[in-house]
Amino acid sequence: MKAAEAIIKSLINENVDTVFGYPGGHILEVYEALRKSNIRHVLVRQEQAAAHSASGYARVSGKVGVCIATSGPGATNLITGIATAYMDSIPLVVITGQVNSSKIGRDMFQEADITGAAESFTKHSYLVKNENDLPRIIKEAFYIASTGRPGPVLIDIPSDIQAAKIEKTDIPETVDIRGYKPTTKGHVGQVKRAVKAISESKRPLIIAGGGVLLSHAEGELLTFVEKTGIPLVHTLMGKGSLPSLNRHYIGMIGNHGFSEANRAVAKADLLIIIGTRVADRAWGGIPEKTTEDVRIIHIDVDPAEIGKNVGTQIPMVGDAKTILTQMIDRIDTTDRTDTDEWLTQLKSFEGTVKCRKTGFVNPRYAMETLSKKLNDEAIIVADVGQNQIWAARYFEDRIGRSFLTSGGLGTMGYSLPAAAGAKIAAPERQVIAVVGDGGFQMSLHELGTISYYNLEIIILLFNNSRLGMVRELQDRFYGKANAVELDKNPDFIKLCNAFRIEGVRITTDSQLEDAFEKAIKHKGPFLLECVVDPDESTLI
Amino acid sequence: MNRHVLSVLVENQSGVLSRVSGLFSRRGYNIDSLSVGETEDPKVSRMTIVVSGDDYILEQIKKQLNKLIDVIKIVELDAEKSVFRELAMIKVNTTMETRASIIEIVSIFRANIVDVSNETLTVEMTGDESKIEAFINLMNNYGIAEVVRTGLTAIERGNKHIKNQIKGEEE
Ligand SMILES: Cc1ncc(C[n+]2csc(CCOP(=O)(O)OP(=O)(O)O)c2C)c(N)n1
Repeated sequence: MKAAEAIIKSLINENVDTVFGYPGGHILEVYEALRKSNIRHVLVRQEQAAAHSASGYARVSGKVGVCIATSGPGATNLITGIATAYMDSIPLVVITGQVNSSKIGRDMFQEADITGAAESFTKHSYLVKNENDLPRIIKEAFYIASTGRPGPVLIDIPSDIQAAKIEKTDIPETVDIRGYKPTTKGHVGQVKRAVKAISESKRPLIIAGGGVLLSHAEGELLTFVEKTGIPLVHTLMGKGSLPSLNRHYIGMIGNHGFSEANRAVAKADLLIIIGTRVADRAWGGIPEKTTEDVRIIHIDVDPAEIGKNVGTQIPMVGDAKTILTQMIDRIDTTDRTDTDEWLTQLKSFEGTVKCRKTGFVNPRYAMETLSKKLNDEAIIVADVGQNQIWAARYFEDRIGRSFLTSGGLGTMGYSLPAAAGAKIAAPERQVIAVVGDGGFQMSLHELGTISYYNLEIIILLFNNSRLGMVRELQDRFYGKANAVELDKNPDFIKLCNAFRIEGVRITTDSQLEDAFEKAIKHKGPFLLECVVDPDESTLI
Repeated sequence: MNRHVLSVLVENQSGVLSRVSGLFSRRGYNIDSLSVGETEDPKVSRMTIVVSGDDYILEQIKKQLNKLIDVIKIVELDAEKSVFRELAMIKVNTTMETRASIIEIVSIFRANIVDVSNETLTVEMTGDESKIEAFINLMNNYGIAEVVRTGLTAIERGNKHIKNQIKGEEE
């Protein structure tokens, strides 16, 4: 069997049925084997999109996302996508072609040291030197990508190795990597200490992060919250870990979070941090502590995140789902802290959304309206910028809904390809890409993919004729904006029409309901362009 | 800034060294020296890494190193319970007049002369860092042409064995 065929055999063995990619000279053998297989290949329009699409696919399907590109420029185009996935701990297996193994290092045509270039934002990488290693390497790659703290794993395969005959095509049944043994179960002693700390606290608070979603622990979290009565805030990446209508839900923390949520963190006497490194942007909006010392329980599958950004008294290494289950089992009703008063205190901070200028669409109102129109299983994919903040703040989470965004790297141009991947993973679910006019133009090429595969995605474009978030920052810090005007934007409706995508442009809030209804009913992709005041800000 | 000596077992594969050294540079950790070689098991290499940093940095270094898939085990070596050694070769400028006194110092330090020429004398010595520093300081009086050092290598005393300690135990 040719090594390329063994690669495909291994992918099938990992239950891969869809890959996202872009071919080229040094990956042809793999493409030929792919053509002969039942795996669906989705041709994106630029390699970065292959990684973002695979990422959206992974997040929605719960499987490892797979993307494929050729050597050199194909591989380097993937880089931003790989880094984006790495920062958000998304499981990907990335396969790249490489020049002939005997020629590596001679600056051959389309040679690039991709394992070296991507070193600092891959969980692991392989440069394959012997075709017989491929079955083991692919098995390991999927295992590494999907276990512990998930992340992208890169496999760089020289063209001669793809073409080589392989002797042993048996795929190993299990993986045994002596340097990689992730911990999933929480230490029993620590579970006891945590439960004790909870029963002793008066103002406990949960901070939920993306790890809750990655370990599919939403159900356990809900049980934990209901059983203990502990209120919850979340990070941007933790959006969706608890339905926003739950009475224990307070809101999103961080620079762009809600002040009541940030204040709750400052006021708490016990923080239960679950599946988040509490990055700079999450901790950013939190007022200085005025009260006594806070105790911190930190649950994370990655031991290196515990104690990195915030100190902790009770570190718990393990999978969020498993540890929450362990805690739920240990807590009996006598441990229940009476949190009602604390909860009312927090809830009373709540702000309201007000409409602003006329002649424009208020993006907050748009997100609220959209929340009500969509099904409970809808998937929102937010880009980066003001649109991301509006989406994160005003889209209502329900059980089963998903919110996808590039939180760690903040990559503009993420939403369109990630939404495409999400839709391919779950064709029956509504998928909405929320994007600004800047990010949209950074990913216009993916209209080609969306149109070709007729992916029923609603593109909700907030057109404020600005690189809005930068405009806002410049105004705030320098008093003047520079290099952010997009006043001569193309006619986005016509542009989409050129891709055979229909759309409407609206300019007032009163048009929103009808427009959403039309968009939702429409068969095929649809652009809903909302004209937004260039001066609109993310702050209220 | 305290100095710490880490003994790290890694898979003996290409790319490992760049992963480890890359980790130090991109996370801004200071690395004083790094030496590496094969162990009794040819599939495993052992690195001795000397780092400086406070407790927080040290913990981060250990945890981040542990995250590398190729890293099998990390142990911090206690100076009291370990033997630290370094190999250095020092090429000293000599004249007819200075040669004898240099040879005398070499023998006091139990070092070896590995090469002699009309103008130079090359000394090989092993020892802990302070011994080597002391020797180099003395040789500065004669004029040093070149110095090459391996960086520290280290092993625990007694029957303690790095393999018997599980990965991450040191956390
Ligand atoms: C690839 C990339 N380049 C630059 C930035 C910096 N950046 C952050 S937000 C932003 C403006 C985004 O403008 P737009 O897409 O129109 O969205 P808006 O903020 O107006 O909603 C920019 C340039 C980024 N996050 N990603």
